[in-house]
Amino acid sequence: MEKFNLAKIFSVFLIIIFPNIVNTAEQTDPIKVNWSFKGLTGKFDRASLQRGFQVYKEVCSSCHSMQYLSYRNLGEPGGPEFSLEEVKAIAASVEIEDGPDSQGEMFTRPGRPSDKFKSPYPNVNASIAANGGAYPPDMSVLVKARPGGSNYIYSVLVGYEEPPAGMQLDDGVYYNKYMIGNKIKMSAPLLDGIVEYSDGTEASVDQMAKDVTTFLSWAAEPELEERHRTGIKVIIYLILLTVLVYLSMKKIWSRIDSEI
Amino acid sequence: MSGHEEYKPKSKAGKWLNDRLPLLTLGAHLTDYPTPKNLNYWWTFGGILTFCLLTQIITGIVLAMHYVAHADLAFASVEHIMRDVNYGWLIRYIHSNGASMFFLAVYIHIFRSLFYGSYKSPREVIWIIGLMIYLLMMAAAFMGYVLPWGQMSFWGATVITNLFSAIPLVGDSITTWLWGAYSVDNPTLTRFFSLHYLIPFLILGLVVLHIWALHVPGNNNPVGIDIKKPSKDTVPFHPYITIKDAFALLLFMIVFAGFVFFTPNVLGHSDNYIPANPLVTPAHIVPEWYLLPFYAILRSVPDKLGGVILMFGAIFILFVLPWLDTSKVRSAVFRPIYRQFYWIFVIDVLMLGYVGAMPAEGIYLVLARVGTIYYFLHFIVVMPLVGLFEKTEPIPMSISEPVLGGGAELSLAKKDNGKI
Repeated sequence: MEKFNLAKIFSVFLIIIFPNIVNTAEQTDPIKVNWSFKGLTGKFDRASLQRGFQVYKEVCSSCHSMQYLSYRNLGEPGGPEFSLEEVKAIAASVEIEDGPDSQGEMFTRPGRPSDKFKSPYPNVNASIAANGGAYPPDMSVLVKARPGGSNYIYSVLVGYEEPPAGMQLDDGVYYNKYMIGNKIKMSAPLLDGIVEYSDGTEASVDQMAKDVTTFLSWAAEPELEERHRTGIKVIIYLILLTVLVYLSMKKIWSRIDSEI
Repeated sequence: MSGHEEYKPKSKAGKWLNDRLPLLTLGAHLTDYPTPKNLNYWWTFGGILTFCLLTQIITGIVLAMHYVAHADLAFASVEHIMRDVNYGWLIRYIHSNGASMFFLAVYIHIFRSLFYGSYKSPREVIWIIGLMIYLLMMAAAFMGYVLPWGQMSFWGATVITNLFSAIPLVGDSITTWLWGAYSVDNPTLTRFFSLHYLIPFLILGLVVLHIWALHVPGNNNPVGIDIKKPSKDTVPFHPYITIKDAFALLLFMIVFAGFVFFTPNVLGHSDNYIPANPLVTPAHIVPEWYLLPFYAILRSVPDKLGGVILMFGAIFILFVLPWLDTSKVRSAVFRPIYRQFYWIFVIDVLMLGYVGAMPAEGIYLVLARVGTIYYFLHFIVVMPLVGLFEKTEPIPMSISEPVLGGGAELSLAKKDNGKI
């Protein structure tokens, strides 16, 4: 039976390390942040989501699209939960191309809550051309598309440093401690005070990085709060049912013998 | 199947139907089906697997209502499901994690069979149908992983379909035929979607045959001996086995729900949330976890054709396992030498899975090669030889005796008692 235990230990070991072994590259491990939305009952910090949206709108959105989100999502439960008026105002602040009209002409009109987020460039090629050959990735599911998730995005935002001595960087390439390969074509996007928060929070780089990462995490998983809530209920229900079925099983099998 | 009295419907309508289509007789057979009473929890995975298949089919049908199989629209349609379809996120996460849970259960089911010798005579056909199901599951899972049209979808499809180009002479033509184009492209996606929808129903048909073939000899059991049916060694399937399967299924569902609700993406690869881009190759192309041991075998051979042959050989060798195993004793409980090789084999497969996730270089490549060689040695050398030379432990005459005898008064058969 010794071998059996060995196999058990080995398999448990494998399962524990498995999520981390698939992605290994030369980079510093991301900073671990104690996000409010992690854990079984995790929820987004509403104020942080609203501030994060402001950072996205005023900083990120000049290059990064977010094509799978609609303005109405900003008012839905589990998100930034802006009021209907605020959502309408946010949507109306952009001009959306629509049409063709009855004359066959395209026209522009103010955005509506049902519109998708307006992309900064008409297509991917335009975004690459405008950004020195680097594609600014769409941010809708960016947090899920990176191995470290929220921690990684936050780390890259605060990870700009002077390159180590002897490292040559081309024009338009910047050193980032946490980026895969340590080279990034986006200049440091956040500078102290680059946005002005209406709730009086100090707009430090660290604060903005946390806020916008929270916002991006919600954008990638808008169902997160509902998922956590439903999950708790489902598992409690399953456990209760399991206990009942276990007791029934004991009772039924007691007709045969006590061993089962 | 035989030996117990014919079922007679009580109602007139029941008799009318049953004379024309004996569905009620079938129902009575399924509920009365005499099952060994000493089945342990490793035997509950058959029921769990049925649940997994039905879950995948039901969630899959709903997903197909909203998914768009087109290279330009597939990724966006998956996001549409996640964001705009009512409970779309739940249905999709059940489906994507369901695939992993399905494989987890099938691996336990297969390794249970390997431990207790369930593949041996007279159950070879059950085993072979099971392996056909397993092969179709791998095809379905692979094609399903392509459908979201993320980076890992695209490059996984490219790597796997390229394997066929290793076939001499006609390889390139076959690959082009599979793609429906000169690379993985929209025609590849649409045919994969079509086949992904078809295969589960083929599996369902094979599951019916699998259960039918099972009901001819009846279940194997942990002691591995033939038992009289029905007898004091058996219990009717309902309610004894149904309630036990239900209990095990609920425990399984708790684990399942844990993944779906709290870490829905941990078993997937983050690159698959990047839309497919034929111009950018991911740093490491890795298949889903359940295919990793075979991926390790594939990459352990320096020659492409050789790697493909060994990878498929690793699966097809299982088909002849009933004839490679020479032991007359089924259950490893009474096979002290095989029991140890069994656990070494389990560790070998886990190790292959581990190195399959790592880059194919340095120590990982060495481990992959050692693991691959041992994998085949286990079937070609260990199984035949251990069966011939192993001195097995005494085998009980019936299930009831070791269970009820309390240890001291076990009446045991002679050692090596020929046909069990």
